[in-house]
Amino acid sequence: MSKQLIKARGLHKHYSISEGFLQSSKNLKALSGVGFDLYEGQTLAVVGESGCGKSTLARLLTTIEEPTSGQLSIDGIDMGSVQSKAITKQLRQTVQMVFQDPFGSLNPRQKVGDILQEPLLINTSLSATERKQKALEMMSLVGLRDEHFHRYPHMFSGGQRQRIAIARALILKPKVVVLDEPVSALDVSIQAQVINLLVDLQKELGLAYVFISHDLSIVRHIADEVLVMYLGKPVEQGPGDVIFNDPKHPYTQALLSATPSTNIKNKRQRIKLTGELPSPIDPPNGCAFNPRCQHANKSCTISEPVMDTFGKSQVACFALDEGRI
Amino acid sequence: MSTTSNASTSIRVQQWQEFWFYFSASKTAVAGLIFLILVILMALFADVISPHGPAEQYREFAKLPPAWVEGGQLQFFLGTDYAGRDMLSRIIHGSRLSLLAGCVVVVLSMSIGVLLGLIAGYRGGWVETLIMRVMDTIMAVPGLLLALVLVAILGPGLLNAMVAIAITYTPSFVRLTRASTLSELNRDYVTASKVAGAGPARLMFISILPNCMAPIIVQGTLSFSTAILDTAALGFLGMGAQAPIPEWGTLIAENRDLIMSAPWTVTFPGIAILLAVLAINLVGDGLRDALDPKLKRS
Repeated sequence: MSKQLIKARGLHKHYSISEGFLQSSKNLKALSGVGFDLYEGQTLAVVGESGCGKSTLARLLTTIEEPTSGQLSIDGIDMGSVQSKAITKQLRQTVQMVFQDPFGSLNPRQKVGDILQEPLLINTSLSATERKQKALEMMSLVGLRDEHFHRYPHMFSGGQRQRIAIARALILKPKVVVLDEPVSALDVSIQAQVINLLVDLQKELGLAYVFISHDLSIVRHIADEVLVMYLGKPVEQGPGDVIFNDPKHPYTQALLSATPSTNIKNKRQRIKLTGELPSPIDPPNGCAFNPRCQHANKSCTISEPVMDTFGKSQVACFALDEGRI
Repeated sequence: MSTTSNASTSIRVQQWQEFWFYFSASKTAVAGLIFLILVILMALFADVISPHGPAEQYREFAKLPPAWVEGGQLQFFLGTDYAGRDMLSRIIHGSRLSLLAGCVVVVLSMSIGVLLGLIAGYRGGWVETLIMRVMDTIMAVPGLLLALVLVAILGPGLLNAMVAIAITYTPSFVRLTRASTLSELNRDYVTASKVAGAGPARLMFISILPNCMAPIIVQGTLSFSTAILDTAALGFLGMGAQAPIPEWGTLIAENRDLIMSAPWTVTFPGIAILLAVLAINLVGDGLRDALDPKLKRS
């Protein structure tokens, strides 16, 4: 059994939003009750519409923000109990992140070399020559040339910028990399290159990925485990092949039916979701998915479903519990 | 070892060449820079190049017109004032005070303003409210009036005038820096630095501040020129540099009675102020274009 790197149980993150002067603040439940395990060399894909809490999860995992409640341990250390700065520093080096927009995630005033050396400058006591050496090694690892060292980010294409961002994430030798939609801002031809680079790096360095995406064809290609989220709550969770071949939750089924397929024989009935994603400030009663679900009945609007095990995956759905689908 | 140091020096040279390449693309900026350099040289070597002492009085030559006008003399090229002092020498010596005033005001107001603005934008909460409300209060009073009040409290004089003007300019820097900081704060590269473990000081001064500099530099050069104008205005009102000191505004003030009979005594200091302000503004525009990598066409 490979080593467990992240253990998350019942993670909640609430933001209070004030609607202006003299008005009571409201609670935005960005994330409620997310739990998963991540092992060395594994890829966990987090899937869902925009606004479902994927990026909040990324912020919690990278320790930029603290969960409101729930347990998160990284590399065997419980985040809630960490007091000393040294351990925080060590954990920070364990989890690094690659952002969605490579045009926004690189400081336009810093040269590539400085961008790559910044994490080393903050977290290590290496000399300037050693730092430069490491930065150059990392650049060749992600397929950048030495002469790129002194260039500014605006001189690069989207794909190259994302390579720089990946190099920056990897330079501290992390064990977990959170990839927040790393290819959705890139051209399709470049997407494949970057995905292949990520897969190669994972094999070479034994990294664990938390891959946040809404592009299911990419998720199918690289995910070991899949976590489907809706409005901050997990709705279905399980091994990638199980979820893709036998989706149980009506929302997962709808998501999968919306993915284009090249195989005509496999053509599924397209399930159309009507209505908008409800606001997380004012979520619907009961199951959050009930206003858009074709299988919803009265019980779905009264209480919230919990995750139950069905075969190899876990699903939160009353219709499934009651055998209606 | 020598090869690496050579490499880094050649990179520095390369950076300067790159900067000059973009700066020189604008001919007006280069013209402004050349004029500004001339003014600076003039200020530095005022004692050497001015034909007479700034306070030297030639009573027999009082109110002499410029050299090219009938009755003018070549030794008093721009004419003389009511006391027979050489206008050219006084203007040359006045450039020292005007440049000094511009520098001091900009350095003071910019350093305080940028620091407060960064803290307000980065920290938020009550710190931001406190800083911004104080700045609003300063801004609620017209700038020159506030400067006059401050000089009245501190006592007239060039140094007090500069401090007073710097205080009235600070809020614009605070607002500008805070606005840019807020817009940069949520960008992914700041989050990336946070993920890498950067502390508040590093985030503020290394990640955020360089990306806010373009509007601050433009505001700084504009302030430099308006500071020269405001120092001249305070001098004109008798609250800035005091009478025998040849500050450009004071020059206009002490000769304003002669505006009909000897117009050159007022015109030439005015032209000096105009040209200096214009040149600085042109250089400011050129600097902005050259310093912003996003505007570079590579």
